[in-house]
Amino acid sequence: MTSINQTLDPAGGASASPAGLRPARRRPFSRAAENRRKWYEIIGLTTPAIIVYVMFVLVPMGFAVYYSLFRWRGVGPPTEFVGLDNYTLAFQDPIFLDALRNNAIIVVGSLLIQGPIALAVALLLNRRFRGRTVFRLLVFVPYVLAEVTVGIMWKLILTDGGTVDALLRSLGLGSLVQAWLADLNVVIWTLLLVLTWKYVGFAIILLLAGLSNVPHELTEAAEIDGANWWQIQRHITLPLLGPTIRIWMFLSIIGSLQVFDVIWVTSVPAVRSLGASATMATYMVDNGFFARLWGYGNAVAVILFVISFVAALLFQRFLLRRDIEGAITTRRVN
Amino acid sequence: MPIKRRTGAVFALLTTSALLAAGCSGGDGETPSADELYKNPVTLTWWHNASQDGPGKTYWEKVAKDFSALHPTVTIKQEGIETNQLQRTRLPAALLTSDPPDIFQAWGGGEMREQVEADYLKDVTEQTKTEVGGIGKAAEIWAVDGKQYGLPYKLGIEGIWYNKEMFARAGIAGPPTTFDELNDAVTKLKAINVVPIAVGAGDKWPAAHWWYNFALRACSVDTLKKASVETVFDDPCFTKAGQDLKAFIDTKPFQNNFIATPGQNDPTSANGLLANGKAAMELMGDWNRGTLDTVAADKAALGKFIGWFPVPAIANSAGDPKAALGGGDGFACAKNAPAECVEFLKYIVSPEVQKEYAGLNIGLPVAKGSESVIADTALKSVLEATANTTYLQLWLDTAFGSTVGQAMNDSIVAIFAGSGSPEKVVEAMKQAARK
Repeated sequence: MTSINQTLDPAGGASASPAGLRPARRRPFSRAAENRRKWYEIIGLTTPAIIVYVMFVLVPMGFAVYYSLFRWRGVGPPTEFVGLDNYTLAFQDPIFLDALRNNAIIVVGSLLIQGPIALAVALLLNRRFRGRTVFRLLVFVPYVLAEVTVGIMWKLILTDGGTVDALLRSLGLGSLVQAWLADLNVVIWTLLLVLTWKYVGFAIILLLAGLSNVPHELTEAAEIDGANWWQIQRHITLPLLGPTIRIWMFLSIIGSLQVFDVIWVTSVPAVRSLGASATMATYMVDNGFFARLWGYGNAVAVILFVISFVAALLFQRFLLRRDIEGAITTRRVN
Repeated sequence: MPIKRRTGAVFALLTTSALLAAGCSGGDGETPSADELYKNPVTLTWWHNASQDGPGKTYWEKVAKDFSALHPTVTIKQEGIETNQLQRTRLPAALLTSDPPDIFQAWGGGEMREQVEADYLKDVTEQTKTEVGGIGKAAEIWAVDGKQYGLPYKLGIEGIWYNKEMFARAGIAGPPTTFDELNDAVTKLKAINVVPIAVGAGDKWPAAHWWYNFALRACSVDTLKKASVETVFDDPCFTKAGQDLKAFIDTKPFQNNFIATPGQNDPTSANGLLANGKAAMELMGDWNRGTLDTVAADKAALGKFIGWFPVPAIANSAGDPKAALGGGDGFACAKNAPAECVEFLKYIVSPEVQKEYAGLNIGLPVAKGSESVIADTALKSVLEATANTTYLQLWLDTAFGSTVGQAMNDSIVAIFAGSGSPEKVVEAMKQAARK
């Protein structure tokens, strides 16, 4: 029905608006009018989303920047303007610098540990074997679990004399037992392992999806040419998986910079406040809400935003450029 | 143009909804004067921290219902919000708006001082003279510059909860009354292979409370009062507190890995260690009797072995040996709350209502006469000591306000972790006071 009406429509509008259903009595739209209509449509359809975005993303961001310029404890309106003092204070606080270092460890550690594991598992699960679906599901389970659940679970497993300690002792590796969550030099690595356990499934699923897009003909052709499995993976699968790997890296970096919940739940407040397990986000909540330094907390939020934003821009500029350019050229050709 | 008309309609719709939204948020602004009390129907919104199902929540529901039955013009709308959320985010945000709750949880001290300075709270000095008289000096925690802004419904001091059976086995004659005796007890307990003291340093404040007590012993009452009002920490007694604490930690009285041990609420916490016979002592507030119960595997055994004694004195120190740290929970009325709010506040702390509260065993009541309901021997000794206290110092992190409080607790925990120092605690407090 609609398609017939649309072909009858002298304006040839592709929309399903009521206008398209009454073609006969309409005078043909001029090009300008059609253009205008298109813009009204765009505005009409995007306005609700834009309003929500502006109200709940841009305006709060503006407020955060504004509040970050005040010495303000959240009682009464902010009145004591201090300029950039809050920012200077943050970079002078050794605990904030610890938090920065921890974020860096998580960013790099996640890429270096999760990347190879995810790739290996994805390649393995991409082969046909019995029970493949079950394995794919199992690998993905940790990612589906709520962060708080994961945090509490690992807290219990890693507690003094808990499951991990008992396991190590029963294997005769009692000397490896650590105060996993209490030793200030160990805790960040413990947390990195928990994060890896939690998020590696996401990387695997992404890579599996990427692998399913690698054309079978290419690997078959390579096989016929006498390439072995390793050669095929190295020279065909990996290069074609590039865009997926880069997108995963992007998501992983941004996620690592903003990580909060698993850290908040698993690590204890004392260890966090000593800097050993703090991240920028936990530092922000500890200072903004618990020490009630609202202005300062906002400054930390802005710093976190700027770092993430710059990281995102740099990544797009240097690593995602090829992928994005590809998309744009494809559209131009059409 | 049809399009123009449509945009016009959208605009009209947007404006109407904005107006509607604005209309909904306004409304209950009228404040009847005292002689109009109970004449006009009013709704009191009440925010408290009994968020989980349990005796506390049921109790508040009953209190609200009973009050409405007594005064049919008053409807009470209550909301229970988890303490941290209530204190750190919900209340501060609500108080910034023109429509805060009428009556809400108040912990007194530095936070209340800030709220008064921002003109958030109703002065209830005149209306609550009788109640304040009944509560005694501790009501000062909810007063700022001599004016009363709230009333407590529970209050208690902190002391050391201990395992009487372990003490007997270790050959400790009686509860230590000085720190020398306490050190002696620690040595004896170690000799029988028992963790002398459990501390939930993971949550920071249970560890910080040790420092508070050393400060209470090292500093004169006047110094502490001045510090609370002016947030000035120049007196050398604050450094002395840290030195005493460091010396005490060096005797290794605590369990292993205490830096990751939570304070309460689960069997691996410091609470759990004491409740399940894995440690001999724990420094904790009056509410501990109830929380020990929740983590004990054998409640009957716990009831038999648990005892309580006040924090020991330190010989030749400037502090008052009979002073104690403590605190409580109370309520305050918002500046523009109806007059009925104050009546409800008074009702909450009236002896009959308090008697019922005392029976719940979740905290010690404040009103004189209501304590007769308490049967537990350990709680009775807390009550007795509270009554004998010459000076009740509010928990220092509450007294100094959240900002100094957090910096202080963090740097005390650093002493526990071995990375801090007595001087750094004072420095951090001074720095935070300027933040």
